[in-house]
Amino acid sequence: MSDISTTKASADAMISMTGVAKWYGAFQALNDINISVHKGEKIVLCGPSGSGKSTLIRCINHLEAYQKGEIRVGGILLGHQAKSIDAVRREVGMVFQQFNLFPHLTVLQNCMLAPMRALGLGKAEAEGRARQLLERVKIAEQAEKYPAQLSGGQQQRVAIARALCMRPQVMLFDEPTSALDPEMVKEVLDTMIDLAREGMTMICVTHEMGFARQVADRVIFMASGAIVEEAPPATFFSNPRHERTRKFLGEILRH
Amino acid sequence: MGSEEFIFLLIGLKWTVLLSAVGFVCGCLAGLAVALARTSGMPWLERLTSAYIAVFQGTPLLMQLFVTYYGLALIGFKLDAWEAVAIGLTLHASAYLGEIWRGAIEAVPRGQTEASKALALGYVSRMKDVVLPQALRISLPATIGFLVQLIKGTSLASIVGFTELTRAGNIISNQIFQPLTVFGIVGILYFVMCCPLTIYGAHLERKFAASVR
Repeated sequence: MSDISTTKASADAMISMTGVAKWYGAFQALNDINISVHKGEKIVLCGPSGSGKSTLIRCINHLEAYQKGEIRVGGILLGHQAKSIDAVRREVGMVFQQFNLFPHLTVLQNCMLAPMRALGLGKAEAEGRARQLLERVKIAEQAEKYPAQLSGGQQQRVAIARALCMRPQVMLFDEPTSALDPEMVKEVLDTMIDLAREGMTMICVTHEMGFARQVADRVIFMASGAIVEEAPPATFFSNPRHERTRKFLGEILRH
Repeated sequence: MGSEEFIFLLIGLKWTVLLSAVGFVCGCLAGLAVALARTSGMPWLERLTSAYIAVFQGTPLLMQLFVTYYGLALIGFKLDAWEAVAIGLTLHASAYLGEIWRGAIEAVPRGQTEASKALALGYVSRMKDVVLPQALRISLPATIGFLVQLIKGTSLASIVGFTELTRAGNIISNQIFQPLTVFGIVGILYFVMCCPLTIYGAHLERKFAASVR
């Protein structure tokens, strides 16, 4: 089903998924997923709710186990042993719809925890890194506050900084703006656009089609757990080939 | 009632405090193990600890103390009353605290575990740095409530002949024939221990409720 002609499958891919399938009991959530993402490439994943797009990116850092096929991240084969899972997770940052900041830690501590515990950085180095990245998402002045004292948009920017503190090679975004009030969407998208300009490899599940047009190298459309269509944004929006894609675009672009 | 009798009560009080402290501290350590086993995701371990909890929640504390005191002696472990009662209370507390904390661990939103996994934190760090601090806050009122129950529960140790506050009261009352005065004082001593804890628990609950918002 996936469009092989645009899937430049090769050994130097940052992320490659080959024939990946996943079931929840009898329900097949992912069906023969083949994706290859190069270093620095930006992918936007879209599709109707329940189409498997979140499941797909959650497989990449093994928050969901997949049952068939093969996933490689930065050359590491993602198996089901803790060792390969941890190795992949150190290279892959993730930003969630609900932010998932640690509410009992300050913004600074949120950013310092994983570099210290998972990478073994010293306190001073972790703090330096955290402050630098909080600066980059333009929220350095909030470093001593607790997440609950920040707005949704600020929290999501902290979540981005927290993920970046691990110096990941890839960033995954799972509907990062869906839980935000409308006036806060822009600050988060701007942060993501900055990140994209700096050359980060990104996979974003989002319904922000403006973002997709501006940033994405490819848009992948999913339905019923399978990839239906895959194209550069210009082609994807102006000339979608599949009926399901047209219907989906019609629904989300109508208003 | 003279000062000598009162001092005898205070010695009983000392043992009640010691017994509560040992039962609570050891119960906390064992209870943490129970809670972690109960949420481990390993089916056999979860079933085993769930059975352990069911046994201790489903039988009276008094019977548990009898079993540790007389039962262990029968199978060759000769313990004095203090040791037997401390072990009995520890087992009892570990089951209750384990269940309280299991609930608290499960009440921490799933996203917290997912975010820590995505940040490559291992199990130990995930629990120690992320889940348990939040679970502890959630469980604090219930934990302090249980501590109060445990302090009062130590009075059952009197049945196996351990002279804590209640048994000390009993002895004095039999000597001076003033049960109302003696047990009135015993009651006040329990109240002075338990009531501040209850107030402190309510205070913490308010404080955390305010900070989480």
